[in-house]
Amino acid sequence: MADYTYTILIPLIPLFVFLFLGLTGHKIKPFITGLIGTTGLGISAILSYATAYKYFIGAHVTGTGYTSIKGFEVAWLHLTEKLTIHLGVLIDPISVMMLVVITTVSLMVHIYSIGYMKGDPGFYRFFSFLSLFSFSMLGLVLATNIFQMYIFWELVGVSSFLLIGYYYEKPSAVAASKKAFIVTRFADLGFLIGILMLSFNTGTFDFQTLTDPHGPAIASAGGAAFMGMSVLSWSLVFIFVGGAGKSAMFPFHIWLPDAMEGPTPVSALIHAATMVVAGVYLVARLFPVYALAAPDALTVVAWVGGFSSIFAAVIACTQTDIKRVLAFSTMSQIGYMMLSLGVSGYGGEEGLGFMASNFHLFTHAMFKALLFLGAGAVIHAVHTNEITGMGNLRKYLPITHITFLIACLTIAGIPPFSAFFSKDEILVAAFHHNKFLFAVEYIVAGLTAFYMFRLYYGIFWGKKTHYHHTPHESPLVMTIPLMILAFGSVFAGFLPFHNLVTSDGLGFESHIDWMIAIPSVLIGVLGIVIATVMYKNESPLPDKVAGTFKNLYKWAHHKFYMDEVYLFVTRKIIYRYISTPIAWFDRHVIDATMNGIAGIIQFASYAIKGFQSGRLQQYAFVFVSGTVILVLIFVYLV
Amino acid sequence: MIQNIPLSYFLVISTLMFFIGIYGFLTRRNLITMLMSIELILNSVNINFVAFNRYLYPQQLEGHFFMLIVIAVAAAEAAVAIAIIINIYRNFKSIDVENVDEMKF
Amino acid sequence: MNILNLFVIIPMLTVGGILLTKDLKQSRIVSAIGMGLQLILSFVLVYLYMSERSAGNTAPMLFMYDALWFPSLNIHYALGVDGISVAMIALTGIVVFAGIFASWKMEYLPREFFVSLILLASGVFGFFISIDLFTMFLFYEIAVIPMYLLIGIWGTGPKEYSAMKLTLMLMAGSAMLMVGILGIYFFSVPAGHPLTFNILEISKMHIPIDMQRFLFPFTFVGFGILGALFPFHTWSPDGHASAPTAVSMLHAGVLMKLGGYGIFRVAIFLMPEAAHEQAWIFLILTSISVVYGAFSAIVQTDLKYINAYSSVSHCGLVLFAVLMMNQTAMNGAIIQMISHGLMTALFFALIGMIYGRTHTRLINEMGGLMKVIPFLGVVYVIAGLASLGLPGFSGFVAEMTIFVGSFQHVDVFHRVITIVAASSIVITAVYILRVVGILLLGPIKNDHFLHLDDAKWYERISTITLVLAITAIGTAPFWLSNMINFSLAPIVERLNAIQITGLF
Repeated sequence: MADYTYTILIPLIPLFVFLFLGLTGHKIKPFITGLIGTTGLGISAILSYATAYKYFIGAHVTGTGYTSIKGFEVAWLHLTEKLTIHLGVLIDPISVMMLVVITTVSLMVHIYSIGYMKGDPGFYRFFSFLSLFSFSMLGLVLATNIFQMYIFWELVGVSSFLLIGYYYEKPSAVAASKKAFIVTRFADLGFLIGILMLSFNTGTFDFQTLTDPHGPAIASAGGAAFMGMSVLSWSLVFIFVGGAGKSAMFPFHIWLPDAMEGPTPVSALIHAATMVVAGVYLVARLFPVYALAAPDALTVVAWVGGFSSIFAAVIACTQTDIKRVLAFSTMSQIGYMMLSLGVSGYGGEEGLGFMASNFHLFTHAMFKALLFLGAGAVIHAVHTNEITGMGNLRKYLPITHITFLIACLTIAGIPPFSAFFSKDEILVAAFHHNKFLFAVEYIVAGLTAFYMFRLYYGIFWGKKTHYHHTPHESPLVMTIPLMILAFGSVFAGFLPFHNLVTSDGLGFESHIDWMIAIPSVLIGVLGIVIATVMYKNESPLPDKVAGTFKNLYKWAHHKFYMDEVYLFVTRKIIYRYISTPIAWFDRHVIDATMNGIAGIIQFASYAIKGFQSGRLQQYAFVFVSGTVILVLIFVYLV
Repeated sequence: MIQNIPLSYFLVISTLMFFIGIYGFLTRRNLITMLMSIELILNSVNINFVAFNRYLYPQQLEGHFFMLIVIAVAAAEAAVAIAIIINIYRNFKSIDVENVDEMKF
Repeated sequence: MNILNLFVIIPMLTVGGILLTKDLKQSRIVSAIGMGLQLILSFVLVYLYMSERSAGNTAPMLFMYDALWFPSLNIHYALGVDGISVAMIALTGIVVFAGIFASWKMEYLPREFFVSLILLASGVFGFFISIDLFTMFLFYEIAVIPMYLLIGIWGTGPKEYSAMKLTLMLMAGSAMLMVGILGIYFFSVPAGHPLTFNILEISKMHIPIDMQRFLFPFTFVGFGILGALFPFHTWSPDGHASAPTAVSMLHAGVLMKLGGYGIFRVAIFLMPEAAHEQAWIFLILTSISVVYGAFSAIVQTDLKYINAYSSVSHCGLVLFAVLMMNQTAMNGAIIQMISHGLMTALFFALIGMIYGRTHTRLINEMGGLMKVIPFLGVVYVIAGLASLGLPGFSGFVAEMTIFVGSFQHVDVFHRVITIVAASSIVITAVYILRVVGILLLGPIKNDHFLHLDDAKWYERISTITLVLAITAIGTAPFWLSNMINFSLAPIVERLNAIQITGLF
């Protein structure tokens, strides 16, 4: 077994950068802090690539395929005899893949931010938080056991909170960061309950033990049942709830659009490429348990993913803020990934969905980060997020234009760009498992192409020439990451994922199923054509279409009123009908009881006080009557 | 002749005197009158002692001795009480017992 | 000289020293030196304890000291510590030290203030080191009574009312405790043997079950009033709100732990059978505490009230875990005592510092303070994140140990109620972030606050000490957890033995 102990450095370097910049950053020149952050992450990236090379291409392909290796592990907290929380590094196909994704996108975002955040007073704070996030996310994917993953899960949540609320003087940013944290916290409660149940039933936190197909965890599925599903399935459903929260699946998605209040590089890194896929990663990590022992839980995963996918796609067609369109697009694509996991089996060809999901995760990271960074360049140039305030920008921002177009073509699933391959595999997997879900995702593919090109035309075409000051192309430090990510978007599709990342570690034969590929390309093209007709030039068509579907349009535009539901639940129900009565009860009932007891005692003491009246004759009377009574008692009763 | 007067007659008188004295002590407002009531109580006790002595133990004199002690104590106590009453009068300008109620809550 | 005696002697000498001083400057220096010595002594004790244990000493209590006090009643001044006491002593040392520095500017009657404060601290130290019930009760009273003076004289707001309510309710608790302790004293020994107050000796004997059924609630509620057991917790919001900063720190941070520690050491250790039988009632009450306290905190507008209800919630979790009566949950309870003690001390210190600058505690009157006082703002955010159980800080370690431990029960009731208690992590996040958002973030609301000073050197010492302690436990919990585990073993053995003999 090769030695992977050095991999512990990959998350630790960003941690040291975070601490260093956090404590001393305010004394260093901003550009230097950016450089320190970027260098730190660059080193992590290089180490990740080295690990990927060593693992995938080095001497690991034995007859049993890619196995998981514990690079490093230390006991952190001993809970019971069987349950101990360890901290360590687990090297296996999906964790190595995620290492590459996270460090690459993070590095691109770091370089980009040096340009984007230039002049901002909190420059060093931004980079220190970026490093904190990178540390947390890397620790999450390298976790050897589910509790370690939970620890880093929470840390990722806090990093997200700090970064969304970066512009902390804006009330909307503060509210958005709070909302993100609380909604994901609520989902994390589900995660915690799932962990408690899972560990109680299987006696371990360790991933290798849990996911061992011949191990005790999977065998325990035949245990107690509750309401039709085994306890193991219930615990996995709860764990999925946690994943759904982080991955903005319905109904926990409400934080994602608001999270766009954060700076755009943050949206690119966290809310497109890395943190939001944590839920997918969680299900992928526990996939053997899901597939072999709790297929009911997988069904839940698939349907939630499918519904979120189409839900988000419909909404995205009506939004006018660039970042919100991209946010809903992210939700929709993650729905794809979840669905793909949900329809997957285990082992060889059966595990197509698993492979496709991870493949799409990989390609999505590239093109979605590209889209967000591109959007950031646009926003940087025209100082607004709304499509209505933009137009004709292809003349002013050529590099941004070309890279954005590449990303749009990718997400629409046009060959030979990367997402064609990954999306196609997902559609094949869905087709072989559940035709209805396949149909849903097929429609979503068309909608995706439509709304992305609606966005593209709205930004880069049209006749607008009236800008406050002429938009200029972004500096090199911002366009180079765009170009690198575009390169990845184009060529990542040719990676042989079916040999590298599979459900059981063994490679399998994969080929393009033309019966499904051709229709999916066609519907993508159809979407692009409709968008071109409606949006390339000024046209009354969009308003007419919106008028025809008036109610659907209104509902979609308001994101199906989910935010209003959330506000209703928190303000009215929790604040007004639960907390306020409880506080009132505490002050006016319980405390009043205590005050009442004191009052009664005071009253009694006032009454008894009368005995000390100072009046001689009263004393004498009491004295005499007492004597008489005692005499009577002793004479007659004793 | 004494022997033909039943003991109970003396006891009735002393009981009456006792309770008249108590009633007087509890209801009179003038301190001097209260003192007089106390004297009544004490004298009723004296009658009791002497009567029991004469009727139950005619050969002994303990009852008489007790009675003499009580008379002496009553005299001393009357002297002290009158001294207190004079002081009260000097401070409160009245010898109404209702005015002497300052040692209270 | 037994090291444990020093824990009582040093505060006494400090008090004596303060009485000799003339004004604020001298008295606070004497206090700082005295409590600094005490802090160093606590760490020395930790070190000595750990070396004794690693040298193989397995006695249940170490560094024992015994002096006969009242021969006729067999009352001894008996001292001894085990891992749990040592951890609590370290906590007290840190919090008292931080509290002295948080009161650096106490202008009104400073000598008397520091005397009362250190007297209180000595009561707490004494409580943790005693193993004779009578001595324990004595120190308990020494710890509670100065609260009346401290809140009533140096407090703010309706201080006399709060002081009176707090003291009377705690005294009621003491009265119930007295019943419990005397009951244990009289009924623990079989007929003919001399009565004893010593905990170790009583634990070897068996109190008849019908007496236990009567004494356990008295003892539990007696200590529970101090540990903020619902519905006897109402002294806490007003008491904390009216108290001066260092007093709140000490009270919420350490005194409320006396309750948890007392329940653990006296009620459950000496009456395990009754504990088993009646645990479910108190479990329901404590889980109500946890959730109820958190919900109440959401709507409060005064910083101190928010923190007070937060303390009710967290201390409720301590009692909850102790009642679960298995090794992991009780371990978690003790870590939670220490963790919450540090966190709430930090919070109250910060609130006092903010109040000293803005002269208001109402969050709606403040806003955007992060830009004006960044050091205090950042420390407040750290404290908030620690309080809501973020990994890397001690709160996470404590809560996770409690939840995992409490879940390891065979029957469904315990597991369901664990989930109810676990839901508090969401509610806590809501009120913490609400406060942080209104108080520190957003635009600056009041122009008067544009020029506030950031933290001074003594305030930095106070807060950084606590933050370091919280982070140390959060990132390296194993040494603490192992130390406590070892000392829990005999107690858990005793509890398990009961189940095997089958009382039901």
